[in-house]
Amino acid sequence: MNKLNFLQPDKNNFYTYLYTGVILVALSIFIVFLNSFFNKDIVSFLPGPISFFLPLILGFTGLHLIRIDYSGLRFLDSINKNINTNNFNAFLSLLIVFVVIKSLPPLLSWFIIDANITGDSKDVCTGSGACWTYIKIWFNRFMYGMYPNPEQWRINLSFIALAFLGCVGFFATEKFKKYLTLYYVVVYPIIAFFFIFFFISGGPIFFDFSYGIIAAVISIILGFFIPSKFKMYYFIIVPITLYILLKYVFFYEELIELGKLEALEWVETGAWGGLSLTFIVSFFCLIFCFPIGLFLSLGRRSDFPIIKYISIGMIEFWRGVPLITVLFMSSVMFPMFLPEDMFIDKLVRVIIAISLFEAAYVAEVIRGGLQALPRGQYDAAKSLGMGYWKMHILVILPQALKLVIPGIANTFLALVKDTPLIFVVGLLEIVGMLNLAKTNPEWLGFAMEGYVFASVLFFIICYAMSKYSYNLEQKYKTER
Amino acid sequence: MSDKIIQITEMNKWFGDFQVLKNINLEVEKNKKIVVCGPSGSGKSTLIRCINRLEEHQQGSIIVDGNELTEDTKDIEKIRAEVGMVFQQFNLFPHLSILDNCTLAPIWVKKMPKKEAEDLALQHLEKVQISDQANKYPGQLSGGQQQRCAIARALCMEPKIMLFDEPTSALDPEMIKEVLDAMVNLAKAGMTMIVVTHEMGFAKEVADEVIFMDEGMIVERAETKEFFANPKSDRTKLFLSQIL
Repeated sequence: MNKLNFLQPDKNNFYTYLYTGVILVALSIFIVFLNSFFNKDIVSFLPGPISFFLPLILGFTGLHLIRIDYSGLRFLDSINKNINTNNFNAFLSLLIVFVVIKSLPPLLSWFIIDANITGDSKDVCTGSGACWTYIKIWFNRFMYGMYPNPEQWRINLSFIALAFLGCVGFFATEKFKKYLTLYYVVVYPIIAFFFIFFFISGGPIFFDFSYGIIAAVISIILGFFIPSKFKMYYFIIVPITLYILLKYVFFYEELIELGKLEALEWVETGAWGGLSLTFIVSFFCLIFCFPIGLFLSLGRRSDFPIIKYISIGMIEFWRGVPLITVLFMSSVMFPMFLPEDMFIDKLVRVIIAISLFEAAYVAEVIRGGLQALPRGQYDAAKSLGMGYWKMHILVILPQALKLVIPGIANTFLALVKDTPLIFVVGLLEIVGMLNLAKTNPEWLGFAMEGYVFASVLFFIICYAMSKYSYNLEQKYKTER
Repeated sequence: MSDKIIQITEMNKWFGDFQVLKNINLEVEKNKKIVVCGPSGSGKSTLIRCINRLEEHQQGSIIVDGNELTEDTKDIEKIRAEVGMVFQQFNLFPHLSILDNCTLAPIWVKKMPKKEAEDLALQHLEKVQISDQANKYPGQLSGGQQQRCAIARALCMEPKIMLFDEPTSALDPEMIKEVLDAMVNLAKAGMTMIVVTHEMGFAKEVADEVIFMDEGMIVERAETKEFFANPKSDRTKLFLSQIL
């Protein structure tokens, strides 16, 4: 038997080193575990400083003993390679494990063990943990803001419908695949806009929406019987005629006023709020800021001085001012420049303001991608006879946008997390609702639960987006 | 007149203060193969880039197939579509497959039906012997294969003139041969070609005329045999003695 050398463990006496090491590490973790979960200090008989550092010393020695290269045990090798490469890394790994064990009990007790979720008033929250009852009671408000309770099905229905329409891409057959881009870039946003503008907003305008839908459906059905030669004219003339007929002939406006036809109740945008508003604002800002940013980035590289300097001016202006002042201006200053009788809804102004603001960032991100492309790509496209737009749409942008997916995702995530700032114009999305609920005299002192709740929701949204962007990156990856 | 497909007269070009092309006069007849050679920085590439206006000239005139290239040329794209170009760095579109690289311009610029464009592309890819790679991406091909694909891509537009800008300079010796073979075949098929190259073997085999350029000027222009047998200027003699 070879001599044991504890300073330099090797493959002779392998199992002696291994078992001693494992026992030491296990012991150290056990001591910390007992201390943290059961508040028992089993090494208290030792002098203070030594008992405090004992787990660290034991664990460190243990990890030193099991650090044997090419041991043949796959598990041991992977530990050594990943967390135990040298003394310093072993020390850091131990420290991290201890910190996690130490911090688990208080977190667990706050989140679960001492938390309350039953009951429906503040009185049940007596424990030292979180009061999830608060979230439960206010859940409706956090989701829908001040939107009247009996009307909330409209939001649900719209979101479900939009989610369903958004999934169309997964079910499209080969034949329709080539129209998908057009659908997502043009048709889908328009549908979404109509849903939100007419359905969630409601009011007499809802009738226009329904006339529009009826007219569209009828003309599409009739469209199957029309020879393709006339289709172009048909789809312009017939829907409009039908719409006018429905609006002014078949359904008299008086009928509505008499109450024989009932519109959806009008809910002003000031009452919208909560998570649904977060979604609405983020969705539209994302949709609008991308094309605006795209055009700004192309404009900045344009040869025409006017376009170029307007683009530079736009980008530098919007990048140079804080979002909060932009929002404030949009609600306070902007209406002053409008004619007396003209009124643009607060939410619309906010969406325009955020879109322009973020478009400046998107523009610079895309410009980065455009500059990363070698000049040869432009030369090649030109030499094949492509003009400016063909060159950009077919050759340059597909490559540039692929390069900047991470940057765009970054900007979009920032945008979603910027939406709470719309509180400055009095729109309360989820964080705004939290701040409001926090000041309710009945429910004072539960800010913590609210912010944790909002953080979790935002994390889920943002993590989903970042995952999606990563998938896109992988999907469009081709070898260069 | 009619068989002169390119006419350059009194052309001058500056990059900033530096004059790259000095008083260029050049006429190229249909179906002629011209090789342009000369030391680096002598303006060879710039000259042929001017022919499809990837670079703008400041003085003189360039007439390609009866159309003068000026700042006002509205349909420069139409002229470019008639002039194919092959680059030193291949410049294939990395986001498209080989087949899509070849069909992109015919479909979108010439409005050719997709099926027809694909047949045409496969035909040209067959000529340069890479039709079996049609569904791969440029990044998966060797340099020689990429350059042959670039030739096929230019041919798919069915150009009247082909410009080659040092097509073999970025390749290793084995691949140079396969690209040159493709070019020789093309020359034999009767294409009008202007080739900037250092491959004197290629020049001897296919060129009708050789142009020697130095410091932005055309120093010598001669029939191929004449050029190699008894060059007139001393500069040409020096160049040939170094390169051969």
